[in-house]
Amino acid sequence: MLKQIEGSRAVAETVALCRPEVVCAYPISPQTHIVEAVGELVKSGALQPCEYINVESEFAAMSVAIGGSAAGARAYTATASQGLLFMVEAIYNASGLGLPIVMTVANRAIGAPINIWNDHSDALSQRDSGWIQLFAETNQEAADLHIQAFRLAEALSLPVMVCMDGFILTHAYEQVDLPTQAQVDAFLPRYEPRQVLDPLDPVTIGAMVGPEAFTEVRYLAHYRQEEALELIPDIAADFAASFGRDSGGLIRPYRLEDAETVVIALGSVLGTIKDVIDEMRAGGVKIGALGIVSYRPFPAEAIRQAMRHAKRWVVVEKALAVGMGGVVSTDVRMALDPALHQVGTAAIAGLGGRAITKDSLHRLFDLVVDGTAEPLHFLDLNLPVVKHELERMGNMRRSGPIAENLLKHLGTVAARIA
Amino acid sequence: MVYTPVKFYQTGTHTIGNRLLPAEARTVQSEPDRANALSCGHRACQGCGEALGARYAVDAAMRAAGRDLIAANATGCLEVFSTPYPETSWQIPWIHSLFGNAPAVATGIAAAMKAKGRSTRVIAQGGDGGTTDIGFGCLSGMFERNDDVLYMCYDNEAYMNTGVQRSSATPPAARTATTPAIGKAPGNAFGQGKDVPRIALAHEIPYVATATVANLRDLEAKVTRAMSLHGARYIHVLVPCPLGWGTASHETIKIARLAMETGLFPVFEGGHGEVTAVLKIRAKRPVEEYLQPQKRFAHLFRDETGRAAIAHLQAIADRNIARYGLIDPAAEV
Repeated sequence: MLKQIEGSRAVAETVALCRPEVVCAYPISPQTHIVEAVGELVKSGALQPCEYINVESEFAAMSVAIGGSAAGARAYTATASQGLLFMVEAIYNASGLGLPIVMTVANRAIGAPINIWNDHSDALSQRDSGWIQLFAETNQEAADLHIQAFRLAEALSLPVMVCMDGFILTHAYEQVDLPTQAQVDAFLPRYEPRQVLDPLDPVTIGAMVGPEAFTEVRYLAHYRQEEALELIPDIAADFAASFGRDSGGLIRPYRLEDAETVVIALGSVLGTIKDVIDEMRAGGVKIGALGIVSYRPFPAEAIRQAMRHAKRWVVVEKALAVGMGGVVSTDVRMALDPALHQVGTAAIAGLGGRAITKDSLHRLFDLVVDGTAEPLHFLDLNLPVVKHELERMGNMRRSGPIAENLLKHLGTVAARIA
Repeated sequence: MVYTPVKFYQTGTHTIGNRLLPAEARTVQSEPDRANALSCGHRACQGCGEALGARYAVDAAMRAAGRDLIAANATGCLEVFSTPYPETSWQIPWIHSLFGNAPAVATGIAAAMKAKGRSTRVIAQGGDGGTTDIGFGCLSGMFERNDDVLYMCYDNEAYMNTGVQRSSATPPAARTATTPAIGKAPGNAFGQGKDVPRIALAHEIPYVATATVANLRDLEAKVTRAMSLHGARYIHVLVPCPLGWGTASHETIKIARLAMETGLFPVFEGGHGEVTAVLKIRAKRPVEEYLQPQKRFAHLFRDETGRAAIAHLQAIADRNIARYGLIDPAAEV
């Protein structure tokens, strides 16, 4: 049914249709509206049977989900940013134990300095955690990915993160086609765990494993992620057949057929990127976009195939590997055929919620098309401010806290975005 | 609930004298069909108080639950010595997740059982480090929500699994690897303490008890009582560690008994914020009797500083005795 609805609410209602039996909630912006809405659905009786637990931390949220999942329940939680980092030990544990928990990550920057706005630093910090990571471009896709995520997670006994841009998606009202309970029930079978804490058939889960088997356990985790590379497109195709729309999959090519320049990105920024590409195409530039839906497993082969005609590429990265540069671009570089000598740029953009405007993207893409873009580019970096602070630091030992100095220099512009 | 502790003066050793009891009142361990939830073959040290305490506690919980029981375990000695796979010692469904999250994992299991409409009971267990330090947040959360979990803390008063480092349950003056017996105040500092059983009581949960492995019948009875209730329940068991305390492995029970009889470890039970019963001290012992056999306190018997520390510990014991009414005035005659 078509609804004009907030992204968080759409996700919550969709998650409820997936019939989770254990939901853990600990509030953190911008995830709050999701867990609030799920809680309301449980308390109103719309989602039953389901235990909704207000935990005392994100570490507890993931731990309760681990217990629930190991005991055979379909378990769900949601978090963001600092909350994701606070539960990291349990995140690795959930994947290591092979528990098919589904978690929404309302992507947000990581402090310090504290910042509640969107970027991908949180989710990308967990790229090696063993979780499958899917990135939604729109609220429709965010909702749809959750249905696919439960099926994928349970098929492989692996946890899945559904990443959606904080505020940009979570707090945006737009039209979303919400499925019916019957549709979801038909698509998502009952959860049959591979391992379960059952007094009638007792098992020990979480035993110590030494060097004799640890590599093999890790290899099997990798193997299952490789299986996910096969399964994700299958599930997306099945979803399209059942629900009548495309959502998910590994990658999403846009006007790539003859594109010499390819713009790669994750999440909602693809919308703006496509608009710029349309405008540049109208001007005769052979440019296209490649959305990565599945960041883990990383669809290297699909990307290599999709990019085989490209001469240049740029990743619009909402995260920074400090001391290195791009996160996604490093993976893209590994995926490409070295014989093709495709020239790439990592463009760090949108950190801490800085708006990625069409104008800025035009300027960036022009540089890439001209072949004059640096390998590492910081979109809309305010260089005078940076230089001023560097000078201050050079001039005095006790130059003070950097973030506060920058804000003082900028003056009262609390929410200046561009 | 009122209960009368059975006293076995006849044996003179305070041991469990089943032959003196009617069959229905005998200890769980005397039953030929006891669960043996933590079966032999594990790799605990000789004289390990934790292995003993856990076996009695879990078997009692198994009897109370009709064997319909799941356990979550924190990282620690108990986890490591019981599961060097493929040699698991657990005869019950058992999960180890992390050091600091056993209460939360148990909450999740209990939630799953509730959602599925099952009556399976849930226990969680950990050592003092996993309970009073790193798992404390999750423990408090589990208490505060009154989740249907019995949490067992096996307290050996330091991080024994990692090599005897101080925890917040380490007593003052005790030597550990991170509180060496050197300097002006050797051993652990005299802090204000972190009394988790009392903190548990402050959460107003339905059942809180302490116990030692010197009174295994008392431990069984407390587990059984805890299992007759629902909601968050907490039992804190003192389990001497021959390795970490520097005691002879055959003296575990004796040392535990002295901890109780000096007043240093008050044994009580309660719930909903109140202490309702205490295990009385029949013959009060001076703290030296408890401290002297333990190498972790050896430095207290060397000089004046040590004597002052002993006096301080005696004051703590006396404070416990007064606070909990551990000495029956009639028994003192």
